[in-house]
Amino acid sequence: MWRRCLVSGTALWLAAAGPASAFVAYVSNEKGNTVSVIDTDKWAVTATIKVGQRPRGIEFTRDGKFVMVAVGDDDTIQMIDAANQQVVDTLPSGPDPELFTQDAAGKVLYVANENDNTVTVIDLEKRARLGDIQVGVEPEGMAISPDGKILVNTSETTNMAHFIDTTTRQIVANVLVDARPRFAEFKRDGSELWISSEIGGNVSIIDPAKHVVTGKISFEIPGLRREAIQPVGIGMTKDGKTAFIALGPANRIAVVDGTSHTVTKYLLVGQRVWHMAFTPDEKYLLVTNGVSNDVSVIDVGALKVIKTIQVGELPWGITIAPQ
Amino acid sequence: MIRWLVGAIGFCVVASHALAAEPMEIGIGYLGQAVVKSKLSLVEQPAENDGVAGARLAIEDNNTTGKFLNQHFTLEEVRLKQGEDVAKAAMALAGRNGFIIADLAADALLQAADALRDRGTVLLNAGSIDDRLREQDCRANVVHVAPTRSMLADAVAQYLVWKQWKRWLLVVGSHDQDKLYADALRRAATRFGAKIVQERTFEDTGGARRTDSGVTLIQRQMPVFTQQAPAYDILVAADESEVFANYLPYRTWDPRPVAGSAGLVPTSWDASQDQWGAIQMQNRFLKLNSRRMTATDMQAWTAARMIGEATSRTNSGDPKTVFDFLKGPDFSVAAFKGTRLTLRDWNLQLRQPILLVDGRMVVSVSPQEGFLHQVSELDTLGVDRPETKCKLH
Repeated sequence: MWRRCLVSGTALWLAAAGPASAFVAYVSNEKGNTVSVIDTDKWAVTATIKVGQRPRGIEFTRDGKFVMVAVGDDDTIQMIDAANQQVVDTLPSGPDPELFTQDAAGKVLYVANENDNTVTVIDLEKRARLGDIQVGVEPEGMAISPDGKILVNTSETTNMAHFIDTTTRQIVANVLVDARPRFAEFKRDGSELWISSEIGGNVSIIDPAKHVVTGKISFEIPGLRREAIQPVGIGMTKDGKTAFIALGPANRIAVVDGTSHTVTKYLLVGQRVWHMAFTPDEKYLLVTNGVSNDVSVIDVGALKVIKTIQVGELPWGITIAPQ
Repeated sequence: MIRWLVGAIGFCVVASHALAAEPMEIGIGYLGQAVVKSKLSLVEQPAENDGVAGARLAIEDNNTTGKFLNQHFTLEEVRLKQGEDVAKAAMALAGRNGFIIADLAADALLQAADALRDRGTVLLNAGSIDDRLREQDCRANVVHVAPTRSMLADAVAQYLVWKQWKRWLLVVGSHDQDKLYADALRRAATRFGAKIVQERTFEDTGGARRTDSGVTLIQRQMPVFTQQAPAYDILVAADESEVFANYLPYRTWDPRPVAGSAGLVPTSWDASQDQWGAIQMQNRFLKLNSRRMTATDMQAWTAARMIGEATSRTNSGDPKTVFDFLKGPDFSVAAFKGTRLTLRDWNLQLRQPILLVDGRMVVSVSPQEGFLHQVSELDTLGVDRPETKCKLH
């Protein structure tokens, strides 16, 4: 009891003493089987945590106490205690988990299991499996609508976004998108759903109410072959005005106007850029560069890359602690 | 009148619901040969269901997708025995299926294509690598999913040149297809700046592939066969007939690596390929067929997936609609090779990266960095548009 008080007291004191802008980012290193911890005040790696085989999808629990990391080749999701930076538990995810998402309350976790054509539903408090939902071939991208009613899953070989009712856990609609859809992101107001197609080379914009594709964002970079442009991760500001799209081996982040859907800028980052996370104040966007083994820091206001941080081998996913 | 109209509309709604419940049936035929080619290595001996096993997995994948689109795919397999009439078999298969995946030798494929010319059936070549099928003997009703021999030769040549192993000792088998492979390798050497310092022919004098005292004799033959060669960096073997190439690694007179038909081998697929999400597909294949996936399996999988991709995009099972989509600018298919695969519109050959494998691992994937092209770097592999002899009509 005393110890706990002391620890939380120290944490409080540290939080109060540190500058307001200090956040903690966790980066999964797919080949290194590690998670790098980055201090956004120092812009440096402060710890490296050993995890299971092939860590990819990574996310903080809503309360900020744990970091969940999908270790695909170990067929599980590991829970890292954010206080002592150690793996403390696992979740029954089903085989080869890659990406996952949680509901607004942080009580239910939905996991894409690539090997099984299923989405697994997990009770986060009990850390128990609640059920499975059959989807298309190679489920990957996962997103929950802001009102919490709809779960969206993309399947990479079926090339669809499946709309799943979170209450009945039944598929209510399927929308065809371009080849190898990898990532799904809702606008905060729920008006649009964006899906990146890695092999199709574009981002589909879907009307989540009507279940139709209303537009597509394509990318053209002088001097780059069309095949090298492979969109993966998507990040959108809370006001929905600016979106960032990672273009994989094109080594660039596309900045897209959230309203007109036009590309306004390309930011050169590291090699094979995968995923991204904003700091809670949205001042910075951190992106993982798979081949160059680093993380690029983007100043969101200035739309400039301001820093590169070396992390572990083949960084893939990233999550930043909520405030 | 109004009541009648309402009733009629009601009936129409019910009828369309009934129609919607009935899935669209898409039949795919698989035409292969009953005889399985013999390989030097026992572990490379093809299974009886080599090829069709890949098509079966793609049918499962297509049906998982089809579930959401109300499309249902079936596969009908026909294996030709020696001397059986290929045209007749193709016609019978085409009577029940709008698409046929063929794993046939070049002449048999041409017979099937010509027999089906006016039927509107789409043939997908998943077996033959002969360039002539995409050049002087090309047919407007055949899509080529298998890579060509020249694509394979170019893929290995680009890597050897990148590695600065530019002096080749070329050893060619005595069978026709070995000579065709040697032609493709010579062309590749010229294109990419390698030099063939000497050529030798390995005569097939017959004999069994497997004997109880095999290794002892081979260990004496191969060093002798490769001695007194001019200075070279790598031995390149053209032995599609599987007579000698796999006996060469570690047995050459000079300590040199081997490429081509043994050592570093160019191929459309390998059981060890695990990049770009391929691991999921390898796992699905293993679960379904209880064995590892070969290049022919992958070519058949890709062929059936191309049909599935086109039927889902066009929402149609009609062969003409599907074929038009495959030939059009919007078609591309994902096949775990890190890039979209598209068709060369001048001869309907599928553009694809080629894996370079050593039997255990993927060593590299061509096209290699730095081999540039104005349209697609994938067109640095094989015969390009300006050189083609194909006239589709």
